[in-house]
Amino acid sequence: MGMAAESQFHVLAVDDSLFDRKLIERLLQKSSCQVTTVDSGSKALEFLGLRQGIESNDPNALSTAPVNHQEVEVNLIITDYCMPGMTGFDLLKKVKESSALKNIPVVIMSSENVPARISRCLEEGALEFFVKPVRLADLNKLKPHMMKTKLRSQKMEEIEKPSKDENGSVVAAVVSEIKDSTKTEIEILPLQQDPLLVQQGEQMLSTNNKRKSMEEGISTDRARPRFDGITTAV
Amino acid sequence: MNTIVAQLQRQFQDYIVSLYQQGYLDNQFSELRKLQDEGTPDFVAEVVSLFFDDCAKLISNMSRSLPDNVDFKQVDSGVHQLKGSSSSIGARRVKNVCIAFKECCDVQNREGCLQQVDYEYKMLKTKLQDLFNLEQQILQAGGKIPQVDIN
Repeated sequence: MGMAAESQFHVLAVDDSLFDRKLIERLLQKSSCQVTTVDSGSKALEFLGLRQGIESNDPNALSTAPVNHQEVEVNLIITDYCMPGMTGFDLLKKVKESSALKNIPVVIMSSENVPARISRCLEEGALEFFVKPVRLADLNKLKPHMMKTKLRSQKMEEIEKPSKDENGSVVAAVVSEIKDSTKTEIEILPLQQDPLLVQQGEQMLSTNNKRKSMEEGISTDRARPRFDGITTAV
Repeated sequence: MNTIVAQLQRQFQDYIVSLYQQGYLDNQFSELRKLQDEGTPDFVAEVVSLFFDDCAKLISNMSRSLPDNVDFKQVDSGVHQLKGSSSSIGARRVKNVCIAFKECCDVQNREGCLQQVDYEYKMLKTKLQDLFNLEQQILQAGGKIPQVDIN
């Protein structure tokens, strides 16, 4: 099922310099991220477009590419500002203009510390602007944001294909609750307990939770919630 | 056998500290070394090698453009790139001569600046080669590369 791969953050790094790509790749790997590197903004868009299931005519366009594109999900884009052709700023704009991609956080990197450039990028929707050389400490700042995006897209996936369960009615109720919700912000709860579900049967919950966790070896870590009826937070 | 390893380690430590003290390297080089681990034992050597390749290429391009006094863009972009990568490697002296290069106005000065960049990168290349050789000797003698903390 590829659950191990799914739990890793996947970052798309864009830089025209091989040297810089090597550096950012190592930094990201050291931060426990899965990394894909490309050498231009247009290749980045291709890669992101493939994520939607569009065929690519040129398999050589990508420097590193997973075998099954549909499975790939990008949790963060980190791009150099100064690149020939499409700049990092252009790429940022394109991502934010795309309904499919706009929720992916974008980080801009530049070797130059130009305040006007920095504010322009932030205004255009960049999550962060890093002045090179980028360090591990800089990437650590991004973790909470990547986790949020990952959780959000996982929940979106699950809503689109609700799982059948012995407690089928419970799942249905929860799903429609989310669909009707006007809240766009998904909160990360410290515990795997949804007040709604707790109300519906605390006793049943606690024993089932425990059994499921032990049987399936599900981590109680909040990074990987799963809709199997009653063990997850909304 | 232990004393040989200890001696080599001491040599390595002294050498790397001297490189920092003499301004060849700065803190960014330590950051790079932190990124290397058992899974990626050649990381620093690889990026350093990439850096020196870039240096050679860019300097060669720039020295061709400079005398004709025509393509400033090429030269400016070359210096910019070198400044960026030397900064990312922690090659402090190379970075500083690149910064000086950026300030240069007339062609004569720029040729002098370019020569300085060439000199500094070659100097650093030799020094780092010596450092890597020491590392290899330590590993071959069965020892570990010491973690050196530079302030």
